[in-house]
Amino acid sequence: MRVRSRLPFALLPGLPGCTGRQSVLDTAGTDAHTLLTMFWVMLAGLVVIWVAVNGMMLVFRHLSPRRHDEALARKMIVGGGIMLPTVVISALLAWGLSVMPDQRAPGDGLRVEVIGEQWWWRVHYWPEGAEAPVVSANEGRLPGGLRTEFDLHSDKVIHSFWVPALGGKMDMFPGRRTMMSLHPDEAGVFRGQCAEFCGASHALMAFETVTMPPEDFAAWLEHEAGPAVPPEGEVAERGAVVFAEQGCGACHAVRGTAAQGQVGPDLTHVGSRHSLGAGILEPTVENFAAWIDHTGDLKPEVEMPAYDDLPGDDLTALATFLMGLK
Amino acid sequence: MSNDPFPPFTGTHRPRPEGPFPPTEEMLSEPVNPEEQAAREARLREAWKEPTGIAYWTAVNNDKVGAWYSLTALFFMLCAGVLALLMRIQLAVPGNDFLDADRYNQFFTMHGSAMMFLFAVPMFEAISILVLPAFLGARDMPFPRLSAYGYWCFLIGGIFVLGSVLFDVAPRGGWFMYPPLTTRDQGIGSDIWLLGLSFIEVASIAAAVELIVGVLKCRPPGMRVNLMPLYAWYVLVVGGMILFAFPPLIAGDFLFEMERSFDWPFFDPTRGGDPMLWQHLFWIFGHPEVYIIFLPSIAIAAMVIPTVAQRPIVGYSWIVLSAVGVGFLSFGLWVHHMFTTGLPNISLGFFSAASEAVVIPTGIQIFVFAATLMVGKVQKSLPMLWIAGALAIFVLGGLTGVMLAIAPFNWAVHDTYFIVAHLHYTLFGGMIFPVMAGVYYFYPFFRKGKMMSVTLGRWAFWLIFIGFNAAFLPMHYTGLMGMPRRVFTYGAGMDWGWLNMLSTVASFVIAAGFAVFVWDLIRPKRDMEGRQRNPWNAGTLEWSHDVPEENWGVRCIPFITSRYPLWQQPKLIERMDSGRFYLPDTEFGHRETLVTSVLDARPLHIQRVTGPAWITILAAAFTGGAFIFPTFHWYPPAIVCGAFAIVCVLYWLWTTTAQIPDAPTGDVGLGLRLPRYAAGPDAPGWWAVWITMLGDATAFASLVFGFFFYWTASTDFPPAGAPGADGALTAATAVLLALSWGATRVARGIHRHDRIRAAQGLMAAAVLLTALGGTTLVLAVIDLQPTTHVYPALVCALVVWLAAHLFLGGVGQAYCLARSLAGRMTPLYDADLCNVTLMWHFIALQALVTCAVIGLLPGWMA
Repeated sequence: MRVRSRLPFALLPGLPGCTGRQSVLDTAGTDAHTLLTMFWVMLAGLVVIWVAVNGMMLVFRHLSPRRHDEALARKMIVGGGIMLPTVVISALLAWGLSVMPDQRAPGDGLRVEVIGEQWWWRVHYWPEGAEAPVVSANEGRLPGGLRTEFDLHSDKVIHSFWVPALGGKMDMFPGRRTMMSLHPDEAGVFRGQCAEFCGASHALMAFETVTMPPEDFAAWLEHEAGPAVPPEGEVAERGAVVFAEQGCGACHAVRGTAAQGQVGPDLTHVGSRHSLGAGILEPTVENFAAWIDHTGDLKPEVEMPAYDDLPGDDLTALATFLMGLK
Repeated sequence: MSNDPFPPFTGTHRPRPEGPFPPTEEMLSEPVNPEEQAAREARLREAWKEPTGIAYWTAVNNDKVGAWYSLTALFFMLCAGVLALLMRIQLAVPGNDFLDADRYNQFFTMHGSAMMFLFAVPMFEAISILVLPAFLGARDMPFPRLSAYGYWCFLIGGIFVLGSVLFDVAPRGGWFMYPPLTTRDQGIGSDIWLLGLSFIEVASIAAAVELIVGVLKCRPPGMRVNLMPLYAWYVLVVGGMILFAFPPLIAGDFLFEMERSFDWPFFDPTRGGDPMLWQHLFWIFGHPEVYIIFLPSIAIAAMVIPTVAQRPIVGYSWIVLSAVGVGFLSFGLWVHHMFTTGLPNISLGFFSAASEAVVIPTGIQIFVFAATLMVGKVQKSLPMLWIAGALAIFVLGGLTGVMLAIAPFNWAVHDTYFIVAHLHYTLFGGMIFPVMAGVYYFYPFFRKGKMMSVTLGRWAFWLIFIGFNAAFLPMHYTGLMGMPRRVFTYGAGMDWGWLNMLSTVASFVIAAGFAVFVWDLIRPKRDMEGRQRNPWNAGTLEWSHDVPEENWGVRCIPFITSRYPLWQQPKLIERMDSGRFYLPDTEFGHRETLVTSVLDARPLHIQRVTGPAWITILAAAFTGGAFIFPTFHWYPPAIVCGAFAIVCVLYWLWTTTAQIPDAPTGDVGLGLRLPRYAAGPDAPGWWAVWITMLGDATAFASLVFGFFFYWTASTDFPPAGAPGADGALTAATAVLLALSWGATRVARGIHRHDRIRAAQGLMAAAVLLTALGGTTLVLAVIDLQPTTHVYPALVCALVVWLAAHLFLGGVGQAYCLARSLAGRMTPLYDADLCNVTLMWHFIALQALVTCAVIGLLPGWMA
């Protein structure tokens, strides 16, 4: 069935609210630096060759024929058509291919398993030697100065994992595992986005990647592994009740509570994330409420149903509870 | 046999060409009697008379079919262009709600699919059908009804596929249709794509077969392969590429549709399938496809540039070898569309290098053009303006291609707007602009002396050129800024808004340019003065055309001794006009053309060419039904349509192909007498069967490749202890089909030696053996459950494939038997049996390979 939906126009211009850099030209990782250098060098070559070839065409169209031209013309075909490109592409290949192993090098210890869902990301952190992962969703956190390995696969359809500021991309398949690694060298927030067409809301499948000093990362991971903080204040407590009554726990897990669902994103620390709805909304109480109220309008064909019959107070309470899950 | 004018055939009594060849200058300069000349012209005119009224649509001439074909392709291109404009409106500002996600996804899927399958490839075939016979001084294509059939299939399929957009049910998984997204998709969009486009692909292959045969067998006497116009070389290369590139996709479509319709899990990882197999099959097609689009346009440039430079091309052999080289290389590049799928670095390195290597033959072609312009005296003209624009755009697209072929850089920009920019630069520079140059250049040929407007042409050029660069140059930057492809919207925070707005505004400038062009193309030009036959003073044969128009193609078929006959063979046109060359007459009022030998173009025989017919339209309509009804899972009407389509084709073959001629030989002029019938390797039909079966074998090989792919990609293929095909029945199938093949082969041999009864007995036995072999084949796998795992599914898919071939092979054997019984096939006139035997060589090969793969391999693999 095809769900026809109209995006509420008022909401979208602000989408996504907080945005990390998502540019190949503004890099924050060693792999991305290498690729950027390669780009500038190739661009310079491109401009020179383009001007030369088109200049040649322009000049030749206005030349009048002279004697011995034909022998020269043949030499030009061999020189310009064979010798020059052979030299240029050989050099380029030697350089280009030599950087490949680094970009796929094994990590320094931490392994992050990312599973593409429609249209969000399940994220499992596997510190070295861990027996069970630290479960999170829709955000990546990486220790700076270290190489982190990504173990990628997907649930139903093909997606592609990509954080432009940090490095290249890698497709995620159902039934197959792919591997890549990233080596950030700057602290900051960088936006990533699914790069393989994955259905109706492909455009709305993004995530923020936060790179942080290794000590901060260790502290964050320890907190992320822990249970949810209890709701604070009357509204949030009411929200926790609504969460239980509406059966949210059937799909979502909030560790430390009865909610243990595994269908949707883990919400244990959802309030601490930089975005909501897989990189499409700023995490505010209003946006949480708007999302729960009409999911399908914000993300066409999303699997989570819209809770548009929830009374306004309950909706706000629920949103406040979720925002409080720091 | 009593009224056979020849003694019983003994192997040497087949009529052979008799008379002098090549003709001497003396023979050529002999005057023609004007009265006789007029009488001959009247007879030819009568034979080639065009049907009028509603029957106009039954025409099969290459100039009619080619014109409909190219105008239809242009129409589909404009539709796909409108989809692009609508998408540009949606993307103009962030968070736009002009189109919703689903509709946007339908539009980008259809934009790509239509541009590729309904415009780029058909346009090449359309233009080639239109101009190739004229390049070769032939009266028509070798199989005009096949062109017409292909056209009607294209029209029906194109309307079906493109029309789905209007009903909001269009495919929405991208033109690359990656499973599992598309196999899981609800609705009929994916089925429309698979079945509708498979239908068109079949038509494309039919046209490719005809074009290849046209180039190989229908050249004018004396035009050895090294004298062919460059366009003909490119047709040969591109035809060959279509033949080997489309079948893997057809095999992929077949597996895909089996998964969609019957849940056979070829791409479902939970049951042993693998979505990567589709990616391989799709891109083994998809990459050559890019060159299938690009090379014909280079071919147009290769015709325009010598004319503009007023001298023969410099480096004819270089450019021919480069075209062939690109054709070969293009089959080794497909993985560069899959650089981010996690394949091992060693594979990526190999395919990076192969992708870069294609720069060399492409560079040679560009430098050949540069050299020709340098040495020649260049005249300013509209076609040259478009060619110059094409090079400016294409060189940039090619250079970004060099960047993208470096695998690690590809990881950075793959699936971003950088790619969108790159591919549009290659396609506008490598296809749109050269085709526009071709339209302006060939227009006086199509419209017999009328010209397109220089002023409007300049306007169209500059609007499209500036609009294109303003729209697509910024997209490189948009992609580097991180914008992925195929997104229906983006956030304001991304700072992509101004870039997208620029692209949107510029896209309307492109549209304005096309509007000017289309107006110039279709505006009435009744009072156009100064009808010139050869307005560009070109040197190739097509400009010897008759102005005003005659329907016969060429007045007579010239004797060619040079690459640019209009420049290098004085008096050629004068002699053509006076009917001094070959086949200036039609003895029995039939449409005829000349068939020559493949390499050195010695005249071999007179080929009777078919005329107007309804049956081709009917056959196309029923074929359409056979493909279209399964989209809605309406199988009974599909089967009925399929049956009617086969009946139509059989009727068409029965009534018009391999007809016993009115006389065994005919006078073609210049003292030469040629046979009127050919069987075996001399006959175009035999070549067509050979070429078609080669493509068919490629599709079969793709299925077998699938078997080995699963074996190497998965640890449990075949799964331990899984039931396979029944060994004894598989062996019986192999034996029965080998016998059927043997019976057919022996029947052909003894039939030639006049043992007609015995041959008929063998043919009947062959039909029976085929039916029995088909039965044991099906029984061998009847217990398998193809929905449980990919292994039984693939075994069954191979069986379905072979069973369909056995059905057609059996029909072929029965057809020969019927022809023989009806006296329409005799020991002397046995082309049908030759062709069916040739087909059976391929079927037998497929049968034995299938039996080995399903019967023997699983044991060895386990």
